[in-house]
Amino acid sequence: MIQVEGLTKRFGPITAIQEVTFSVNKGEILGFLGPNAAGKTTTMRILTGYLTPTAGRATVAGYDVMEESLEVRRHVGYLPEDVPLYPEMTVRDYLAFWARLRGLDRAQARIRAVIERCALVGWEQALIGRLSKGYRQRLGLAQALLHEPEVLILDEPTGGLDPRQIIEVRELIRGLAGEHTVILSTHILPEVSQTCQRVVIIHQGRIVAEGTPEELNARLKGSDQVLLEVGRPAPDALEQIQRLPGVVQVREQAPGKYQVTCAVGRDLRPELAALAVHRGWELLQLRPLDLSLEEIFLRLTRE
Amino acid sequence: MRNVWTIARREFAAYFVSPIAYAVAVIFFLILGLFFNYVDLPQQAYYATVADVFSRVTTISLFIAPALTMRLIAEERRSRTLELLLTAPIRDSELILGKFLAGLGFYLVLVALASIYPLILFAFGNPDPRLLITGYIGVVLFGAALIALGTLASTLSQNQILAFFAGFGMVLALMLVGAPARVAGPQMGEVLRALAINSHLADFQMGILDTRHVVYFLSLTVAALFLATRVLEGRRWSG
Repeated sequence: MIQVEGLTKRFGPITAIQEVTFSVNKGEILGFLGPNAAGKTTTMRILTGYLTPTAGRATVAGYDVMEESLEVRRHVGYLPEDVPLYPEMTVRDYLAFWARLRGLDRAQARIRAVIERCALVGWEQALIGRLSKGYRQRLGLAQALLHEPEVLILDEPTGGLDPRQIIEVRELIRGLAGEHTVILSTHILPEVSQTCQRVVIIHQGRIVAEGTPEELNARLKGSDQVLLEVGRPAPDALEQIQRLPGVVQVREQAPGKYQVTCAVGRDLRPELAALAVHRGWELLQLRPLDLSLEEIFLRLTRE
Repeated sequence: MRNVWTIARREFAAYFVSPIAYAVAVIFFLILGLFFNYVDLPQQAYYATVADVFSRVTTISLFIAPALTMRLIAEERRSRTLELLLTAPIRDSELILGKFLAGLGFYLVLVALASIYPLILFAFGNPDPRLLITGYIGVVLFGAALIALGTLASTLSQNQILAFFAGFGMVLALMLVGAPARVAGPQMGEVLRALAINSHLADFQMGILDTRHVVYFLSLTVAALFLATRVLEGRRWSG
């Protein structure tokens, strides 16, 4: 449904994305994961026909983004980051405006359908400027869904929402799979495993990994950083931990709080627990540390 | 064409909830009314002419046209709604044309409301109706050119104030280009005079309908809208 080959975009001396290649199958939800300024938005803007690539090719729904931009735009629904809207319009007027721009035949029926789907019933006459962030997000999504596009491109659809709204939006997006092909971008790791069937990880304008969330988790296994917190550490606790076989590095984050890096593939939690209890350090907590996104990229780019 | 209409309709409606548009309207009618009451009316006792009214309208237009157009693209760019609009299945030229028509539409609403002044002159005097017709043709053509230049100015920046001064500056440059005509020699002087925007206004206000002037304003309008479209397209490369 979406084919991207060697896509490159430069802004003057700055290269935003370089040789980006990936594809998305019909009905799939693809997660675009990367830190801020990794090139996610630039890639999406090219796929929606907003920006012109410097080099490379991309086809969306069978149409070339350069040669057949208008056709691409007809088949894509787009939710930009921060959801730009006209504050002086009402919800219904805004959707009606887009229905006309899209040239929809059954405009009224479609507007009703997206208002229901995005839980905006009762808000039709509300001024957009008065809507909360969550409702603005829903309206943005309603606009993107209005013309029943084959492809949906959603830039950080859960950005700035509260936890309950995040769950609602994620459920909405999951419900779109099959019917629509979806690309969504995020810089939140768990979001990808919860919503997407496949992940592309982009860092500094390049794709560093691609696969299902399970595959990526497996590749990242063996990261094995453990946090050990004790109430009454011995003065030489750091050295004692260091001496345990399999410990690569120990860092004292705060008094009694140790970040222990274990050898790849080894889980030293039993040994650490035994050590702390045996020496009477008062074990307070012992848990594996999640990798930060930055560490994941470092790890993936090192491989 | 339907896309042009869709864009124009939304933009035209937005004028009526925009404080700037109301401020512009107030200034327009205030200056026009003051001049009419204290300068034109006393004179009309001796000269029954509507030329003065038209000349006021065109002079004030130099300021209000860029004020009406400064938001057209700049505001969409600042609020990032332009990003979404440029992913809609419409051509860049349709977007520019729609914005231009909305601006021209609001300008013509102001001009239509200002027709109270020529009507007063008709009620109490005996002006030449031909002056009225050519005068209005001149105002509409001049206004279209100003609104088109303002639309072009609005594509250049996301700052409305900068867009205003860019639009005003373009018109000012088109007026000043005629200034050195007298010292530029016969041929060059003729060219400069032909380029200057103000040299094309006087005939309309004297009841003369000259196709050269019509062509001048129409070409200026089309050229400005064409350039505005190219600037917008260029932004797709530079982001």
